[in-house]
Amino acid sequence: MPKFATHADPAASGTLRFPAHPIDGLAGTSFKHQHLPSILADDGRDGGFFEVHAENYMGAGGPPHAALTRIREDYPVSLHGVCMSIGGPQPLDKVHLGRFAGLVERYEPALVSEHLAWSTHNTTYYNDLLPLPYTEATLRRVIEHIDEVQEVIHRPLLLENPSTYLLFKDSTMSETAFIREIVQRTGCGLLLDVNNVFVSATNHGFSALDYLSDFPLEHVGEIHLAGHAEQEDDEGDLLLIDSHDGPVADAVWKLFDIVIGRCGRIPTLIEWDSAIPDWPVLKGEAQAAQAILDRHAVLRQERIHARA
Amino acid sequence: MHALEECHAGAAKEFGYPAGFVPGLLDPDRATPALVAGPNGKTADKRYNVYRNNVTVSLIDALATVFPATMRITGEAFFRAMARFHVRETPPTSPLLFEYGRDFPDFIERYDYAQSMPWLADVARIERAWLDAYHAADAATLLPDVLASIPPERLCDVVFEAHPASRIVCSAYPAVTIFSANRASGPVGRIDTTAAESALVTRPMLEVEVRRLSPGADIFLPHLMAVEPLGKAAATASEHCPQFDLATAIGTMLEAGALTAIRHGG
Repeated sequence: MPKFATHADPAASGTLRFPAHPIDGLAGTSFKHQHLPSILADDGRDGGFFEVHAENYMGAGGPPHAALTRIREDYPVSLHGVCMSIGGPQPLDKVHLGRFAGLVERYEPALVSEHLAWSTHNTTYYNDLLPLPYTEATLRRVIEHIDEVQEVIHRPLLLENPSTYLLFKDSTMSETAFIREIVQRTGCGLLLDVNNVFVSATNHGFSALDYLSDFPLEHVGEIHLAGHAEQEDDEGDLLLIDSHDGPVADAVWKLFDIVIGRCGRIPTLIEWDSAIPDWPVLKGEAQAAQAILDRHAVLRQERIHARA
Repeated sequence: MHALEECHAGAAKEFGYPAGFVPGLLDPDRATPALVAGPNGKTADKRYNVYRNNVTVSLIDALATVFPATMRITGEAFFRAMARFHVRETPPTSPLLFEYGRDFPDFIERYDYAQSMPWLADVARIERAWLDAYHAADAATLLPDVLASIPPERLCDVVFEAHPASRIVCSAYPAVTIFSANRASGPVGRIDTTAAESALVTRPMLEVEVRRLSPGADIFLPHLMAVEPLGKAAATASEHCPQFDLATAIGTMLEAGALTAIRHGG
């Protein structure tokens, strides 16, 4: 279990609009509107949760809010920001941060997360999670930004580790050391994207297991799993692309199994954002993750009984 | 914070990575930035190209999502080439991608290869208005009996509040017919009309609706939505368009849910 509170405290707010719906130990999926009729027809409410990209719900009204309200009534929801530009040096966009805080208040999500990346420079929005050098100066700036976000949303943020394709010559710290410092100095939690670890490890020639050993797993409040695509770098070696357009790779499932064995039943999300399949396929991926979460829960129980 | 950065040359260097990183993202002629590398002495050209590709392709995809009928008319290859020019010339300034593409219809109007389709920009304007209506605030629409309850002698002074989703797109071409034929999934037959068609875009509940406005209603409704009294808006419409029919225009706007409330004029 994480040592910090990543979940909304229902008792702290007297005016809940939605049921609390605990998220512990659940597997979930990205919420795509085309799946809504199938999800509602499932009628199971057989657990699970849904994650949405915050920006898609920053319009004033209309079908997006109607769909999210409907899903939030029956399921826990995770609010995932993709363009706060926390990893950029310029000040955070206060209007955008206000919109983000408004969604946190409106939908009472079980989890709230953002990326260690940047996407806006001056006034241009590049619509990608761009990488940053890991230095003392960028560390201080990222910490300031996370402090600011957490003050405005009144709760801890989960910060997601990036997938990257290149390195900065100016970097002076490893990504895991950088992330450890952020966690220590902001009190934020972490969203561990296991596919990102695998993609970056392949692209930069390090061991994914070593990365996980250096990663502060005790602060992970959510896990992401996703599919990736294959390309080549200039030297003809494998370059993996974090494409979110297919099933989770076997190697990523193995890493996930190891992570859950080490840190318990962390809420786990299957991300699938393009070439989106029919609901049963996506649900099947979540069920595979749920099976791993449940197996480790049983193993844990057996260990406790054996000790007794 | 910016002023502080400029004071400290060291810090400015530490924070110069976005300025160094972005120039090549939308400009294929620029070299890979000098500040990046691959691991273990590898080069980073194809690595940097992943970011160039993510940025450019995702923004073209965003335009394709906002303007599906426009793309159906031009074909995908034509559309993506046109969108690529626009993305490079006018990248988004908001992180909300559903706000992107407001300048695209004007770009289409200027785009050399689209000159043979002079109505294409107006179809794109209807599509942009459609998405604005989709995301607009929810509001109850004006019920016909509320208007019917107003004594005839006071009708001239009545002022309305526009529904937040309502948009009007004026066109000198049959833009609504072309839009409707190309937003549907069925085959597009021959479009015979050449008459000018202006669109009324509304979202009374959750479904966006697009209607053809009767002659002069495209003058009347914008005045009405700009909080002009009914009598004055109708007079303006009649003056510019002799065929203007007030009853038809009022019927359309009530049916479409273009208004939310009535206020009696001062």
